[in-house]
Amino acid sequence: MEIPYNVEERQDTGMYNAKLGIWLFLASEVMLFGGLFSAYVFLRMGDITGTFASGSQELNVPLATFNTLVLITSSVTMIMSWVSLKLGDMKKFKMHLGSTLLLAGVFLVVKYFEYSAKFHHGIYPDTSTFFSIYFTLTGLHMIHILGGMVVIFYFLVPGSKMMKTEPERFTNRIETVGLYWHFVDLVWIFLFPVLYLL
Amino acid sequence: MSGHSVEDIKKSVKVYIGVFASLAVLTVVTVAASYLDLGSGEAFFLAMIIASVKGTLVAGYFMHLFTERTTILAVLGLTFFFLLTIMFLPYIAFTDQAGV
Repeated sequence: MEIPYNVEERQDTGMYNAKLGIWLFLASEVMLFGGLFSAYVFLRMGDITGTFASGSQELNVPLATFNTLVLITSSVTMIMSWVSLKLGDMKKFKMHLGSTLLLAGVFLVVKYFEYSAKFHHGIYPDTSTFFSIYFTLTGLHMIHILGGMVVIFYFLVPGSKMMKTEPERFTNRIETVGLYWHFVDLVWIFLFPVLYLL
Repeated sequence: MSGHSVEDIKKSVKVYIGVFASLAVLTVVTVAASYLDLGSGEAFFLAMIIASVKGTLVAGYFMHLFTERTTILAVLGLTFFFLLTIMFLPYIAFTDQAGV
């Protein structure tokens, strides 16, 4: 049985189903990260000793700045992969999506070095309230990066066969994974100043 | 964001590159602003303003929200309302504790 509204737009929503689905999922993600941001504000406001704000001084700003630029670049390569599909250029699609995967890997490697340095200096989630929220927020964000990498890899290698049989449906799939990826970038845009610079 | 012509898509590539450049510049501005001698509250609001501009660029152009369907905008509007509510909770808790 064919699943309806994979490509054609529903009259009531004005879009294909997966698009509404990913936006509803992203709305729930906004609340997930929003709750944790709220916890961050709560802990920061409740800190009368000043130790919470000083936690960020232990973090590596140049590395995080580099990682911010890496994620922004990956957002561009992601949207360029969708553009390439719209223009029917499969070779460029693979190049751009492959670059996105590579940049995601770079982000994780940098994060690995950051985490290693913290552990080496005896800094763990139970060190302070700042580091408990730091590891929770960045850890959850890293899980999202990893999840995105799995999906991107699928669409880059085995899943790309669909382009030959159902090109429009495949393009829509890339648009939805792109929306997810940009959201992950968006979260980092707020995490970076909040955790590293304030 | 559906039903794009090839011409539209080619034009939008230039926009994406412009957004990318703006995001890169704003990242440097964020870091530079953190070295300004501001109070904790001012520094927080300045960082949030810059992050919000960057976020608007990503959501508006990369996620196509500037040209998106009303259904999605309505869903996000509702989400934003609840997000503001949840961000306001710590403030309520502390003013309550202070007996204000």
